[in-house]
Amino acid sequence: MSVDQATVKRVAKLSRIAISEENLGKMEGELNAILGFVEQLSEVDVDGVEPMTSVTPMEMKKRADGVTDGAKAQDIVANAPESDDNFFVVPKVVE
Amino acid sequence: MTELTQLTIAEAREKLQSKEITSVELTDAYLSAIDSANEQLNAYIKVTHDKAHEMAAASDAKLARGEGGNLEGIPLGIKDLFATEGVQTQACSHILDKFEPKYESTVTKNLWDDGAVMLGKLNMDEFAMGSSNETSHYGAVTNPWRAKNSNESLVPGGSSGGSASAVSAHLCAGATATDTGGSIRQPAAFTGTVGIKPTYGRCSRWGTVAFASSLDQAGPIARDVRDAAIMLRSMASTDAKDTTCVDMPVPDYEAALGGSVKGMKIGIPKEYRMDGMPDDIEKLWQQGIAWLKDAGAEIVDISLPHTKYALPAYYIVAPAEASSNLARYDGVRYGLRVDGKNIEDMYEQTRAEGFGPEVRRRIMIGTYVLSAGYYDAYYIKAQKVRTLIKRDFENAFAQGIDTILTPATPSSAFAIGDKEMASDPVKMYLNDIFTVTVNMAGLPGIAVPAGLDEKGLPLGLQLIGKPFDEEGLFKTAHVIEQAAGRFTPDKWW
Repeated sequence: MSVDQATVKRVAKLSRIAISEENLGKMEGELNAILGFVEQLSEVDVDGVEPMTSVTPMEMKKRADGVTDGAKAQDIVANAPESDDNFFVVPKVVE
Repeated sequence: MTELTQLTIAEAREKLQSKEITSVELTDAYLSAIDSANEQLNAYIKVTHDKAHEMAAASDAKLARGEGGNLEGIPLGIKDLFATEGVQTQACSHILDKFEPKYESTVTKNLWDDGAVMLGKLNMDEFAMGSSNETSHYGAVTNPWRAKNSNESLVPGGSSGGSASAVSAHLCAGATATDTGGSIRQPAAFTGTVGIKPTYGRCSRWGTVAFASSLDQAGPIARDVRDAAIMLRSMASTDAKDTTCVDMPVPDYEAALGGSVKGMKIGIPKEYRMDGMPDDIEKLWQQGIAWLKDAGAEIVDISLPHTKYALPAYYIVAPAEASSNLARYDGVRYGLRVDGKNIEDMYEQTRAEGFGPEVRRRIMIGTYVLSAGYYDAYYIKAQKVRTLIKRDFENAFAQGIDTILTPATPSSAFAIGDKEMASDPVKMYLNDIFTVTVNMAGLPGIAVPAGLDEKGLPLGLQLIGKPFDEEGLFKTAHVIEQAAGRFTPDKWW
């Protein structure tokens, strides 16, 4: 399988990464080189093989459903590019 | 002062405990070594002089009272992937500009609890994506090793290139590192240092910037096997904050050193003999086999038939997980924001400018293989292949194999800006061909320096162990180290 420039554009959109028209060709070539490389997996017979979900056979640890942390709104917004009164500020999303 | 930086962790620990030296003296020696070398090597992106002094003074006070932990007063470098409270943590990416966590990663907290001193944050490939440390937003790291009769700058490997370069050049006593496809073992091999990637789940991932969560593991890069054992004992722990971190006691790895390998079965997988592999690598491998045989181990030829599919499967699984993990960098909660026409444009502009080319490429691949219509053909297929890769190892261990011996890398260090690698991303990926299988199967692997190639550059051997048999790896690596000796670059910086 390989991608064309329209697919590169669609994937860039899904990835939320802006890509200029002039870079589409370069990215198309690079993605196809990688997809060409992974193509060799089609040789492998995986009939009846379960996909891996965990490398170490272990039971997922569970914890009590309780509050163990919190009341640190200032810490949480401390690294935000823009915040106001412990809220993150973003461009207007609703007209 | 320079002699102090020659001490291994084990040697420094003894001198600190006997009060022959102080941690402040040792720390100052490292800080001045960094200050004079970093311009050339670019191993550190941030040196924490004041914090280092404070921590060293506190260690000296403890040592004076006859107290202190396993690493009391030992100065370490920390890969920029580990969150360090109040100290910049940017995964060497532009998108995490000025990020200063309000919390400490479990691995670094374990080190500080055991008395270690932080010298600073180490350079790395952006988000740990790279095999040459050239994708860092803070520029390439230089390997302290140079080929004979050459002053060409070589890469230290990646992604933990800053860690490997700093340990090799004696700019820290030891360093933390992480390994998703070979990022501890490949740079260790390129710099003549020892690096171990423990079994998945041995070190907590909490507070370590995530790349591919089912593959990422922290481990140390150190000057010798003993130092790596000392560091891993402190880094590893149980952790309620990471559900994939195992609830198993951490053994005293150092106690495994000096044990006999007599009667151990060492597997030699034929699939690791690649076409076009340099003679030096084959010779090194044969030398390693001879050393272990001389020490009484039994050498057994084995087959790991799915080896060649590990790297292509990795380049589906790792980018897929990365595209999900890196979705959080959106210009809202931390780091860089580039303004746009609306919120979506802001996301797209921020991520286009904040991520470097390799990271953008991997996010795009990951997004593609997870997108509707391709998920089964790529992602599920790769996870099935991963099951087969793990089964190969399980079959070998079920046959009675204790440890597997392979080369660590398909070559020695290459030049910064290598044209072939730069023009084709897949060429760069091939660096991890011997190491990536271990991540795919969640096993422990150690790279130990074993010799120099004809250019005079270090080469490493890799030992792969059963799950949680880090002790077996340390024991066997120590036998190789005893036979091979240790390798230090000639100082030119």
